[in-house]
Amino acid sequence: MAKVSLKINGKEISQDVPDSVMLSDFLRDYLSLTGTHVGCDTSQCGACVVHLDGNSVKSCTALVADCNKSEIVTIEGLAKNGKMHPMQEAFKKHHGLQCGFCTPGMVMSAVDLLQKNKDPSEQQIRDWLEGNICRCTGYQGIVAAVKDASSKM
Amino acid sequence: MADLIGSKIERKEDRKFLTGKGRYTADINLPRQTYAYFVRSPHARAKITKVDHSKAMKAPGVIDVFTGDCVVKDKVGGLICGWKIVSQDGKDMKCPPHPVLAKDSVNFVGDHVAVVVAETLEQAKNAAELVNVSYKIQKAVIKTEEATSFENIHEGIDNNLSFDFLLGDKGKTNEAFSKADKIVKLDVVNNRLIPNAMEPRAAIGDYNASSDELTLYTASQNPHLDRLIMSAFNAVHPEHKFRIVAPDVGGGFGSKINVYAEDVVVAYASKKIGRPVKWVAERSESFMSDNHGRDHVTHAELALNSDSKIIGLKVDTIANLGAYSLVLAAVTPTYLYAPLLLGIYDIPTACCTVKGVYTNTAPTDAYRGAGRPEATYVIERIVTEAAKEIGMDQAEFRKKNFIKKFPHQQCLVHNIDSGNYDAHLDKAIELSDYKNFENRRSQSAKKGKLRGIGFSTYFEACGVAPSAVVMSIGAGVGLWESAEIRFNPTGNVSVFTGTHSHGQGHDTTFAQIVGDKLGVAIENIDIVHGDTDKGPFGMGTYGSRSLAVGGTAIVNACDKIIAKGKKVAAKMLEGKPEDIDFKGGEFILKNSNKKKTIGEVAFACYLPGTFGDVKSPLPEGVEPGLIETSFFDPSNFSFPSGSHICEVEIDKETGETKLVKYTVVDDFGTVINPLVVEGQVYGGVAQGVGQALYENAHYDESGQLTSASYMDYTMPRADNFPQIKIDYTCTPATSNPLGAKGCGEAGTIAAPAAVMNAVIDAVGTDVQMPATAEKVWKALKKNGSKKAAA
Repeated sequence: MAKVSLKINGKEISQDVPDSVMLSDFLRDYLSLTGTHVGCDTSQCGACVVHLDGNSVKSCTALVADCNKSEIVTIEGLAKNGKMHPMQEAFKKHHGLQCGFCTPGMVMSAVDLLQKNKDPSEQQIRDWLEGNICRCTGYQGIVAAVKDASSKM
Repeated sequence: MADLIGSKIERKEDRKFLTGKGRYTADINLPRQTYAYFVRSPHARAKITKVDHSKAMKAPGVIDVFTGDCVVKDKVGGLICGWKIVSQDGKDMKCPPHPVLAKDSVNFVGDHVAVVVAETLEQAKNAAELVNVSYKIQKAVIKTEEATSFENIHEGIDNNLSFDFLLGDKGKTNEAFSKADKIVKLDVVNNRLIPNAMEPRAAIGDYNASSDELTLYTASQNPHLDRLIMSAFNAVHPEHKFRIVAPDVGGGFGSKINVYAEDVVVAYASKKIGRPVKWVAERSESFMSDNHGRDHVTHAELALNSDSKIIGLKVDTIANLGAYSLVLAAVTPTYLYAPLLLGIYDIPTACCTVKGVYTNTAPTDAYRGAGRPEATYVIERIVTEAAKEIGMDQAEFRKKNFIKKFPHQQCLVHNIDSGNYDAHLDKAIELSDYKNFENRRSQSAKKGKLRGIGFSTYFEACGVAPSAVVMSIGAGVGLWESAEIRFNPTGNVSVFTGTHSHGQGHDTTFAQIVGDKLGVAIENIDIVHGDTDKGPFGMGTYGSRSLAVGGTAIVNACDKIIAKGKKVAAKMLEGKPEDIDFKGGEFILKNSNKKKTIGEVAFACYLPGTFGDVKSPLPEGVEPGLIETSFFDPSNFSFPSGSHICEVEIDKETGETKLVKYTVVDDFGTVINPLVVEGQVYGGVAQGVGQALYENAHYDESGQLTSASYMDYTMPRADNFPQIKIDYTCTPATSNPLGAKGCGEAGTIAAPAAVMNAVIDAVGTDVQMPATAEKVWKALKKNGSKKAAA
């Protein structure tokens, strides 16, 4: 058992958690933040991506005990005062989602890309999103959304 | 409001998904919930000699363990084949028993043997390790082409042959071939695929002993069908006391049509223990136990006359059904496949045989396109080879053989109501800059790259389906669709559809249709689906049917609303119903300026007394309320078609294929929301490209699935694609009032042939799917040594 103190979507949380609990399970099962999804068991699909101290990570392979004293932002923490983040708006505008399952991870990865590269080329966007699998969209709407959001962030 | 149809309207459902508020089955947690973990077979084929779960029963947190003996004792029925095929000798197809928990034998790696139910998932998983199953391992058959010569894997099914299907006129086709000036022959393999919806399957059974009601939450494309099957065949619970909820579902692609063993078992287990039982698949379980797709081995021959016209087609296919026959396992490689082999060509005679065989692999069933990608691949590959062999341009040869007049009765099954195939091919040729292709090929060559071009001109039969037709060829149900429109007293509208949206955007597209018909703002229209307790029985979403069939039921229900509204408005406006026009949400009395909005009329329907200046608005004999239901059974399939042109560049040193240019022109008839339709095409093409270049479900000789993770099964990723160009032509469907043909599968149907024709054009020799770098490199090497020897 580990005692972890975290700031999640701006809110301080302190809790005892078994050592083996993954960040994704902690978010989903302990905090009911079910926007973070688990789509695979090999850290490949990216549906579980959240921001850990400002960087995108796959939360299905991060032990929550290792995240002590970190700041975490999940998909639920992106919209502010009921207004969606420019990336969320861009995904809507460009039909960057269909079934919505990969979407939270995809959006969190895309936001992190623009934190690191304000004006990525199409190829840079495609390369960055290589760790997020989408089965529905063929990625075209997603890439268009990221490109559009880059002009607005 | 008229401009709602054809408008790029952003999706109503997006906000919840984008803000993390989607509610998938795995997100649902119920009070007193328990967790299920399945014990699965590690062997491809074995006899079960003993299942000892005594140790597991004593493990911490375990509530119960259920085995094959339990389900037999409690008379839980096995899984079914829902569409039975008749062999050419007139005999019914053979289906082996498919118990939800195996009792005597297992037939593929991942087959369900037992389930442990415990307080926590971890406890269920740990206890599952303590279930001791004794197996007598037997030799397994894996390869499609070896099945019929292997010993029987199921008792009483000789040569592992489920059916030997024939469609077409053998005699007439042989005669055509005897007169041919040229016969083109081709062998193709249609690789085995795993659908891989991003949401793994999940199910929660929740039995309420007080009301004797059973609720099953499950990731399904067709909750009413599930309930019917689970009531009638699995005997889980009576239909009127059984509710199935398919909440947000993270993609289906055919893999969530079936009732699976896990659905039945969690429902059964919940009744047994009196608590909710939750199961969520791990991805490796999805790889092993979701239905797989495709897996055909085919020999095809095309006969041409001296005028370069196709005069006959012969196709012989072996289709691998896997270990058992699932709901649509038999119809997919037969009636959904064989009639489509004709493509969009005017072929006077054809015959096709399909042997459906059992092997010790995961069962196959519908996967996006279901039969039609397989057929399109055969005809578009062989047409390409034919054009090459006679030295004719790919486009010219196709156009010469296209069907030109509509309606066109094909020689096998379909009567195509509308189309204009030259139009979409011409547009695709222009859009893809085909005329300058050879320049691009030379430029690629200067960089040391081999460039190739491939065409795929496809059609498909969708909008499934006319019930009388499908039931006459073995379907266990009709394939009509339902809709109910409930005008609420305050003027907003709830629309219940029997289809199910798991990414297709029905919440928006269907709202556009209702908004257009009734003149209600789409914000005030709610599309409701996925809950058997809410709307009328519906058949679900698959086969690109939702708009053509479900959308039409909505249109018809709207018409009933308008018809009733006219009667009520006539009374309110002091006129006759036949003198009332309805336009833009208003009932207008002809030759007057008197009118009532549909909201006012709806309100009046619910308040049939005197209020304000309205006095008893309901005419005699008209019931209060404004709710109308429609069940629509189409008169024909719908037939979308289109042209795909693909260009690839191949690295000679590594064999790696890069998609460099991809052009699509589709004829989907009427398009309701181009934004949604484009998304369907992009996604469909990506899956087709995946089949052609990357994806392959691979079993080793002992039957172990060696591609059971995303480390081993290559999913297409963002960096595998260039921008895809899309445009449309339009010939409306005549079998539904919308003129809609369907768009959900088109990309997946056309793309494999377009990509492979391009790869083979670049390589200069035959390559089978998936055209991985290794395969292409080997083909190039073989070519090189041939050339050197020459």
